[in-house]
Amino acid sequence: MSTSDVELPPKGGFSFDLCRRNEMLSKKGANPPSFRKTGTTIVGLIFQDGVILGADTRATAGSIVCDKNCEKIHYMAPNIYCCGAGTAADTEAVTDMVNSQLQLHRYHTGRESRVVTALTLLKSHLFKYQGHVQAALVLGGVDVTGPHLHTIYPHGSTDTLPFATMGSGSLAAMAVFESKYREGLTKEEGINLVCEAICAGIFNDLGSGSNVDLCVITKGHKEYLRNYQVPNHRAHISSKGFTFPKKTEVLLTKITPLDEKVEVIEAGDAMEE
Amino acid sequence: MDLDMSINAPHSMGTTIIGVTYNGGVVLGADSRTSTGMYVANRASDKITQLTDNVYVCRSGSAADSQIVSDYVRHFLHQHTIQLGQPATVKVAANLIRLISYNNKNMLETGLIVGGWDKYEGGKIYGIPLGGTLIEQPFAIGGSGSSYLYGFFDQEWKEGMTMEEAEKLVVKAVSLAIARDGASGGVVRTVIINSEGVKRNFYPGDKLPLWHEELEPQNSLLDILNAPEPMNT
Repeated sequence: MSTSDVELPPKGGFSFDLCRRNEMLSKKGANPPSFRKTGTTIVGLIFQDGVILGADTRATAGSIVCDKNCEKIHYMAPNIYCCGAGTAADTEAVTDMVNSQLQLHRYHTGRESRVVTALTLLKSHLFKYQGHVQAALVLGGVDVTGPHLHTIYPHGSTDTLPFATMGSGSLAAMAVFESKYREGLTKEEGINLVCEAICAGIFNDLGSGSNVDLCVITKGHKEYLRNYQVPNHRAHISSKGFTFPKKTEVLLTKITPLDEKVEVIEAGDAMEE
Repeated sequence: MDLDMSINAPHSMGTTIIGVTYNGGVVLGADSRTSTGMYVANRASDKITQLTDNVYVCRSGSAADSQIVSDYVRHFLHQHTIQLGQPATVKVAANLIRLISYNNKNMLETGLIVGGWDKYEGGKIYGIPLGGTLIEQPFAIGGSGSSYLYGFFDQEWKEGMTMEEAEKLVVKAVSLAIARDGASGGVVRTVIINSEGVKRNFYPGDKLPLWHEELEPQNSLLDILNAPEPMNT
């Protein structure tokens, strides 16, 4: 037997063997369990003195809503936030990772983080994993060079835009932006437009729902507005709420003492001071 | 869920990109549409990327792949410029792209057109198609829209055009491709590079020439009904 017949293991780099196996299995009709996904509406826009990011708060696993009030606007740096859509675990992991890399970079340089730094770190990670890290992101922030807004796709491509939408509700949200966005919006107008875009996703996309989260970033200042709008009240709860004035009735009390069967075995020397 | 599939498809640039040499320099041209399947993910993207002061590249194919290749080449060219103490030539830039495209041909899905000006060879255009080969050409066309343009360029391209003639040719060609290729659209961007420096131009989609069976742009009912006007790009 010649040595060339022996298949050598790869010398380095990533192995996509299991990815290829999973692809083959799903082609043959195997149904792997689904991940928790944020079938999502996330948006961002640039207004006259900064960036506004917005997100809905629904997380789904297949057709089940598994979190009705999750957080999709992730912290990256004091002046940079990032909305995530796709597999929840991946968006969380990738933003956390870049968050700590930026923190270390700030300790090293003693300067405020820049949005392009976060962008490059995110895109090189996502490109490395060839789209298997399913994170679609809207990255926004204000740094020394001004306000910035980017979208990042799972394969590692990036766009730079004045207004952006991502996730399954991106079409509904983009329809709102395309008809109403203009340059130089005030903070108030910007917040209202982002809310309207997220609501378009919440109400017209099955993957999105519940509440509106916002994050307004301006030079040297930020506001994280958790549950800025709550358009989905639980209508079947009475407005007064439910009370139980009569305490739960105690029907029977019986206490059975446990048999004490503790044996103390002397072992080793007693503790000394 | 066909629509969903197409949104989750890799981000690619069904594109029209062009590079043309003229008497004294080069003109690069591109449309501005980036699509994910059937959805236009960016209608005003910039596919003509700067590598150095005097070299630009037109990107087509997978957006992620073409961005990573041009980011790497920009990085290498900056190092090269510092080590050399003078601007990198167009040939060096094209050769670096070729090297990366060829060495990683199994991983990449991108076709690029490099164009620029240097003091040794003047204006030069190089095409680096899918396999990673390097072709020096007087003009190069690429992307899905280029199939509509081969005959047009065979007829219209002339040796020794002026800058104005060359730019007019590029804008006309991209607008023709936009008219026939569904994956190309938006605006036309051009970059002119010569001994004087670099000039970027922008031609809005509603100011482009109209071709066979195309209609004049007109306001929609939404505008007549006093709704806020959509952003003009």
